[in-house]
Amino acid sequence: MKAVKTIFILAVFCFMSAPILVVAGVSVNEKKRLLFPPQGFTFDWYGELFRQSAWFNALQNSVLIALFASALAVSVALPVALYLWQRNSLFGRVLFSVGLAPFMLPPVITALGLLIFWVSVGGSGHMAATILSHGVFLVTLPLVTISLGLESINRQLVEAARTMGADEKTVFFTVIRPLITPYIVSGFAFAFVLSLNEYIIAYMVAGFTVETLPIKIFNSLRYGYTPVMAAVAVIFALVSIVVFGLVARFGDLPRLLGAAARETK
Amino acid sequence: MSAAGNSSAAAGRGFPLRLLPPAYASLMLGLFFLVPLGIMLAVSFFHRVEGAFYEPAFEFANYLRFLDTFFLKILGFSIGLSISAAVIAVVIAFPFTYSLTRASRGTQVFALVFLLAVLSLSEVIIGFSWSTLLSRTAGVSNLFVALGLMERGAAYYPSLPALLLGLVYLSFPYTVLVLYPALSRLDPELSEAARMMGASPVRTFFTVVVPVMKRTILSTIILAFVFTLGAYILPQTLGKPPHWTLSVHITDQAIFEANLPFAAAMAIFLLLVSLLMVAITLLMGREEAAGAKA
Repeated sequence: MKAVKTIFILAVFCFMSAPILVVAGVSVNEKKRLLFPPQGFTFDWYGELFRQSAWFNALQNSVLIALFASALAVSVALPVALYLWQRNSLFGRVLFSVGLAPFMLPPVITALGLLIFWVSVGGSGHMAATILSHGVFLVTLPLVTISLGLESINRQLVEAARTMGADEKTVFFTVIRPLITPYIVSGFAFAFVLSLNEYIIAYMVAGFTVETLPIKIFNSLRYGYTPVMAAVAVIFALVSIVVFGLVARFGDLPRLLGAAARETK
Repeated sequence: MSAAGNSSAAAGRGFPLRLLPPAYASLMLGLFFLVPLGIMLAVSFFHRVEGAFYEPAFEFANYLRFLDTFFLKILGFSIGLSISAAVIAVVIAFPFTYSLTRASRGTQVFALVFLLAVLSLSEVIIGFSWSTLLSRTAGVSNLFVALGLMERGAAYYPSLPALLLGLVYLSFPYTVLVLYPALSRLDPELSEAARMMGASPVRTFFTVVVPVMKRTILSTIILAFVFTLGAYILPQTLGKPPHWTLSVHITDQAIFEANLPFAAAMAIFLLLVSLLMVAITLLMGREEAAGAKA
């Protein structure tokens, strides 16, 4: 019985990692051809990402957008989470639900709404439009992590600080902020990785002028294969693993993903 | 005394200041999320102008196009495909997640990092990776050739099975992460009791765990369904044009046919379907919570 279970779990892991492993193999082919097992061995295609200006430009766009958009997402999520935590009002709950909504809907809906919006107000095709769109679209992630962080704060601590004469601002900066910083950082990290990988919104808002890496890969796919795509895919997979690995290393990942806190059971 | 004086003074002056951050957040969410959806709703009633975008109007022409057999076929195909992918993903994910929540903490963290990484991978990258894995020159068929099972390599895409496989891959990590909280909070005493009564692990799983989690399973299938409905790249890379889903057609109408009103009408329709689905899962969750309390 135990063997069946182990085989099942291993099979799932194989299924989940197979495409990435094959792409990793393909990315080190010496010739510019799609071959697996790879023939020859070279890391040149990874270098091409930085040498070819079209690819490097897309990389720069992606990183810039992801950095600003995830900072923006945190800046919107933090007040919403705090507001709901401080007073559980109807408006707070509505605001919170609006913040969760982008992730509940197929992204093409938000993307088309933003396309029409930016065409109407005249921001279509600008990187700022992509940043704002991504920033608001990704609010959900820091919103969820920060809310979890606030839930874990013992309210007596805040009461104690107030009794000692600390005003709202002091309470926030000396009590609340240090306790939720790990949750803010992981929310930022989640948003960053998702922005890097996001395609449809970036494409609809400014895809023809501001090419991000996913857009560049998809455009190149139409004109044929280049191993640089495989290299980018491997780098993206590695970035995600490193970022989530760090979140797990410095935070409580199972709890962040909804497992009961260990002491409550 | 002075502290109280201070705080009331701060409250007097600081009241608008304190509301500034939530006001900013509401403004951002309103302006860049709700307003675009509102404009899209308006545009869905507008009149399409060839060569330009649209002109304001109030007509149902864009919605009436849904009654086309062409559109109904797309809709039927999209729904059928997404439900199939969602059911397959949950059927694999449920026992997987159940075992995962019973594994050591280290294993759990490893699996969660791995699944989060796959979940966040761009659909473009997933589409490209699967098309490579299913290709003639670099795909699994070469493995079969090496094993002597096949004469020469073959391409398995574009095809419907390839697309379905890709969608299951796409939604699997999502379903695991949706099931994870519920399964990890499942009372271990429940299955222990069944085991004590002499039930085998498999029997316990099917007669105790699955029935208890019936609603969770159903709502996960619905959420996975909405999630796969959003797939946009996979139908284009792994499927053929007849396999294009509603999401692909929305983009196609908006970008390549320059028919924003029709695209908007389709998106509003998709929005309503998704909201309805999400509302059903929320209601089921509430009933379950009420049932647990009773």
